[in-house]
Amino acid sequence: MDLNRKDLLGIQGLTKDEIGEILTTAEYMEEILKRPIKKAPTLRGITVANLFFEPSTRTLNSFVLAEKRLSADSINFSAASSSVLKGETLLDTAKNIQAMEVDIMVVRHSAPGTPHFLANRLKASVINAGDGCHEHPTQALLDIMTIKKNFSDFSNLKVAIIGDVKHSRVARSLILGLNKMKAKVTVCGPPTLLPLWLEPFGVKFEYSLEKTLPGKDILYILRIQKERQEESFLPSLREYIKDYAITYEKLKKFASKEVVIMHPGPINRGIEIESSIADSGYSLILNQVTSGVAVRMSILYLLSKRKTDGLKD
Amino acid sequence: MDLKIKNVHIFDPLNGIDEVGTLLIEKGKVVKKSKSAHKQEIDGKGLHLFPGFVDVHSHFREPGDEDAETIETGSRAAVRGGYTTVCVMPNTEPPIDNEGVAGFIKEKSEEVGLCRVFPIGAVTKNRDGKELAEMAHLFRAGCVAFSDDGSCIENSSLMRNALEYSKLVNVPIIDHPEDMSLSRKGQMHEGVVSTELGFKGIPDISESAIVARDILLSKFTQGRLHLAHISTADSVKLIKDWKDDKITSEVTPHHLLLTDEEIRKFDSNKKMKPPLRTKYDVGVLQKAIKEGLIEIVASDHAPHPDYKKELEFAEAAFGVTGLETAFSALYTELVKKGKLTLDRLIKILSSAPAKVFNLPFGEIKEGAIADFTIIDLKSNWEVDPDNFASKAKNSPFLGRKFKGMVRYCIVNGKIVYNDGDFIK
Repeated sequence: MDLNRKDLLGIQGLTKDEIGEILTTAEYMEEILKRPIKKAPTLRGITVANLFFEPSTRTLNSFVLAEKRLSADSINFSAASSSVLKGETLLDTAKNIQAMEVDIMVVRHSAPGTPHFLANRLKASVINAGDGCHEHPTQALLDIMTIKKNFSDFSNLKVAIIGDVKHSRVARSLILGLNKMKAKVTVCGPPTLLPLWLEPFGVKFEYSLEKTLPGKDILYILRIQKERQEESFLPSLREYIKDYAITYEKLKKFASKEVVIMHPGPINRGIEIESSIADSGYSLILNQVTSGVAVRMSILYLLSKRKTDGLKD
Repeated sequence: MDLKIKNVHIFDPLNGIDEVGTLLIEKGKVVKKSKSAHKQEIDGKGLHLFPGFVDVHSHFREPGDEDAETIETGSRAAVRGGYTTVCVMPNTEPPIDNEGVAGFIKEKSEEVGLCRVFPIGAVTKNRDGKELAEMAHLFRAGCVAFSDDGSCIENSSLMRNALEYSKLVNVPIIDHPEDMSLSRKGQMHEGVVSTELGFKGIPDISESAIVARDILLSKFTQGRLHLAHISTADSVKLIKDWKDDKITSEVTPHHLLLTDEEIRKFDSNKKMKPPLRTKYDVGVLQKAIKEGLIEIVASDHAPHPDYKKELEFAEAAFGVTGLETAFSALYTELVKKGKLTLDRLIKILSSAPAKVFNLPFGEIKEGAIADFTIIDLKSNWEVDPDNFASKAKNSPFLGRKFKGMVRYCIVNGKIVYNDGDFIK
């Protein structure tokens, strides 16, 4: 089966079958990662540009490794400033890169819809590596892959997403993905960090962590940005930690014994998560990172498949 | 006699005229009879003749941002859309906060010689919301109202003084109702769609809270208040509860026809302030113009060059063009669909804005100033960016098919526009 699309812009618009195809392919890719020589010639001759207009370490490195493992040529373009400040428009930047015969662009940008904007105007495939507070589809796919390895049945799965849901692209994509997989999602956080409009997401919301914890299979913890205090979304981090940090004590008291902890990283030890929990048996955080490379290999492969198939003919 | 228009369907809701006939024009005015032979004749068979449209809210960008629009290209856009009079907002560079700039706009528009252009003066010096501009001087230099449009008059005490002082010249203060502390960094209407798309929202309360304040200040001072581009159901409710003859308001065609669902494709031609709201708001706004609660449709024609729009959504400038599509969009989507009478549409485009802004236009009778627009209501056209007379292409209606095409525009008895030609 093919992923019959030019771009991967969001979980929104992906079918359950497409998610299945990406994950099945990712499992093959993971096998490559376990070989002594971790490289396949699959994307030889394919050129990928990683355009990161927002700082990133994990996602960028994960993409770069995925590209290298599949023998693609890749270039990295990082710019922290917006197009207007640079003096060249974003579209001009992208068109210049495309003119160097680039096949795939991996785009991260602080403005929602930027990958969509470029995808509509470029021949190259575009992969959304995070657009503002909108979507982060490869993160959701690696999360679903990680969950799939640990839980056989999504339809009985109860997931709580905890923290700054309002400003989180990770939460948006994950909710869309878990909805497609028929899992049950609760979001939990202080009222100022939950969206006022949750109906379209089909999730339950809960302000109290104590009421959220019981019966959940997965606690997906979001990173809390220190800026939220300055923006008056939170009175203080101290108060947030008291009410929302995941601690051993709270887990023991309220959560099921088999509960697992996930986090998109980078973690703030001692803020949203008690330091020792991150390293404990509860945590799938590093498994997520491993899945990330495999999922990104899968997407790069599937999007360039039409092109590489064409070369064979 | 200068001009004879025969076989034309004359339509003037203010004077109850709705009949096929002949119109004679001499020395820029409608006359009953004329002794001299006509110099020019239009056969208006199958066409409607309406009072020329009056826009009370346009941005012609000159002086300062001639990349976006000029008085000449803006005037062309106006007459192509059937407008014979346009009031231009003072957020130019330099702003219209002194007689010099106001005079420049008057002179330049006369030189262009298409539609009538009236400057709107700034409420505050340099539009910075601190000190009142010289309103009486600006009035004498031809300004027909005052506004810091683009920015709200945030300081309530200053707004109070503006409403009081403008009583001296009896023209409205036009406020752009937006509480910046609530809308800051917002990109679109705050609601379901903004939540899904991850945009910081511009909540409807950022408008309605200021509408409430302004209405109460107008009541208190008895000053004339005109509320620009009303977009929310709550603003309409406030106007309904408090309206008197000192309080008027306007709504744009895009807020009457489009919703925030449009943003899902991240098309920056749907990005403006106030933002497109919900289907519910649109319904309430449509009802408000039907009932006359909101008395004016204004274009808020806000041209931008492509390099300020062809950007990631959050970087793109706010604003859309409107002069060339206003009538046809509303005629097609509201009148043809039975949601608004043609009577009402013509009033809100001509006599109503003329009345609020003390302008002697908007009706067809003996002695009236001969500003008309002649429209073929049956003809269809597609909104094609290559055909715009405006310098800018940032219309929210690109690709839409509309009914009702402007064939002639007549200003002061002179044909200034005919089927794509601009005649000086």
